Amino acid sequence: MDMTEPLLALENLSVTITDNRGQSKPILQGVSFEIYPNEVMGLVGESGSGKSMTALAIMGLLPRRAKPQSGHIWFNGHDLLTLSKREWYAVRGSQLAMIFQNPRAALNPLMRVGQQVARVVRLHQSLKKRAAYEKALDLLQQVGIPDSQTRARAYPHQLSGGMAQRVLIAMMLACQPRLLIADEPTTGLDVTIQAQIFELIKTIQAEFGTTLLLITHDLGVVSEVCQRVAVMQDGKIQEVATVGELFAHPQHPYTQHLMNTLLRVDRPTNSRA
Amino acid sequence: MTTTPDTGATDQSPSLWLSFWAILRSNPLFRYLLRRLGLAVLALVGVIGVAFFLTSVLPGNPAVVRAGPLANEERIERYEREMGLDRPLVVQFADYVVHLAQGDLGESWSSRQPAQDELRARIPATVELGIVAFGLTLAISLPLGILAAVYQGTIIDWVIRLFATFGASVALFWLALIGIHLFYYEWDIAPPPLDRLTIGTEEPPSVTGLFTIDSLLAGDIKTCRDALNHLWLPAMTLALVVSAPMTKMIRSAMLETLDKDFIRTARAVGLPPRTIILVDALRSAFIPVLTTSGIVFGYLVAGNVIVERVFSWAGVGQYVWQALDANNLNAVRGFILLIAVVYIVLNLVIDLLYSLLDPRIRLN
Repeated sequence: MDMTEPLLALENLSVTITDNRGQSKPILQGVSFEIYPNEVMGLVGESGSGKSMTALAIMGLLPRRAKPQSGHIWFNGHDLLTLSKREWYAVRGSQLAMIFQNPRAALNPLMRVGQQVARVVRLHQSLKKRAAYEKALDLLQQVGIPDSQTRARAYPHQLSGGMAQRVLIAMMLACQPRLLIADEPTTGLDVTIQAQIFELIKTIQAEFGTTLLLITHDLGVVSEVCQRVAVMQDGKIQEVATVGELFAHPQHPYTQHLMNTLLRVDRPTNSRA
Repeated sequence: MTTTPDTGATDQSPSLWLSFWAILRSNPLFRYLLRRLGLAVLALVGVIGVAFFLTSVLPGNPAVVRAGPLANEERIERYEREMGLDRPLVVQFADYVVHLAQGDLGESWSSRQPAQDELRARIPATVELGIVAFGLTLAISLPLGILAAVYQGTIIDWVIRLFATFGASVALFWLALIGIHLFYYEWDIAPPPLDRLTIGTEEPPSVTGLFTIDSLLAGDIKTCRDALNHLWLPAMTLALVVSAPMTKMIRSAMLETLDKDFIRTARAVGLPPRTIILVDALRSAFIPVLTTSGIVFGYLVAGNVIVERVFSWAGVGQYVWQALDANNLNAVRGFILLIAVVYIVLNLVIDLLYSLLDPRIRLN
């Protein structure tokens, strides 16, 4: 793995955010890590640690008030931070794509979900309208939406959160990105649905060889899905390790702390007895 | 024995009606419309009452106005009796309502013609001006509102907001006078601000009452051009002022929408900005803008009265101005009622449109 070139490399990335009063404070400080082709990388940390900001920075979708101050985001030999607006639109979707938490809000409420998938198909696969819609139906079926013909005609508010997330995943499949970022894709979903969505993500990852950056606060999910993991706290990367290493010998005190909270929930009687 | 089929028939027809009624009532759209209609009637009753009593306490005596400056007491009293002004206000009101129920707005005291006939004759002029002004308003405020939101915080946003603030604070009659001064007096681009056609030009045969359309229907390009020539300056004046609140509303609705998760998704899958702004964001932003259209209508009506006055535009705005001036109360009340009816209908249409635009409402 170390011999191959990383697909994406963050190098010393720092981002600050300016509040209403014009005061700026750092939200990312010297973030560095690499993602290699075909791997599933986890990014863990508590809320507010800068996980989502890191993802948005990679996607070039940082909020208006947040500005990268220094560092590089290398992708495919280009520094994403130097891309023009126009260049960004060639990269997003086809090279990088992202799914978000709260999937129902992430879909356009005024458009039937089949149309939403179909227009992404059309954008990236240069198909005619009819063919794109057929393809969208295929994709919906692939992500495990039963009776996709009917469901395609539904509006987002008529779908459950799990179904909406499947629709979003179908959209990502239409993009066929080289790197997919999933930001807490199962937050707010039922536990059984969560498991199904992760199963789906794993299958797709294996089938299409998509590189995946999975953002979560759930170490259990990390151990199941990821190969390597970066631990984040207060806008800094504390530790990067393979999942095996991390669980066997957490290096950083913060990681150990995270582990402890996890173990305590898992086996309350053992560790206490 | 001949009575049996008769009673059968009379038994059946009401039950048929009842089942028909039951089917209608189970239709949610019908129930909705019925409820709205009930509310509309209530609102109208309120408007009629308020309009009547409010205009009654206006200073000035209509009988004095009609009698003229040289009239003596006796003559004024005669006119008061003739116009029914000597009766108690409540009796006057009851009389007014009875006539209103028969579609009679009362006599226009200035001309001794039925007020409804005079109003009806002036509606097309106002509609023509209003439609063109509203079209121009959209043409101005949609792009400006969108631009300001997309370039929030930049110089573009700043200039557009400056324009909106100017439009909101400028006095309409002043703007109209400046417009006339520059475009007619100084540069001679616009015709003199005297009504809808050049004096001496024959009105086109009335079909819609809108001169631009009627003249085209008659194949009279020259009159159509003359009508447009007279139309653009008052319409533009009105549009500039109404654009101000409209631009602000579109800007803030767009800002709110552009911040939504689904816009982020659209960007994350690489949809071009034009699609995102014009398809995704604008359609969503249109919903809150539509709800505030009632306010825009208010601006249009208020502005219309002043613009028609300044441009001697023979519409209902100018009519109500003259009526107020002459203490012609029935005409004023008729105008208020007309605006109220249009406003109520407009709101109903907006609500129906609203449910067409938003599937979340449509299916509930």
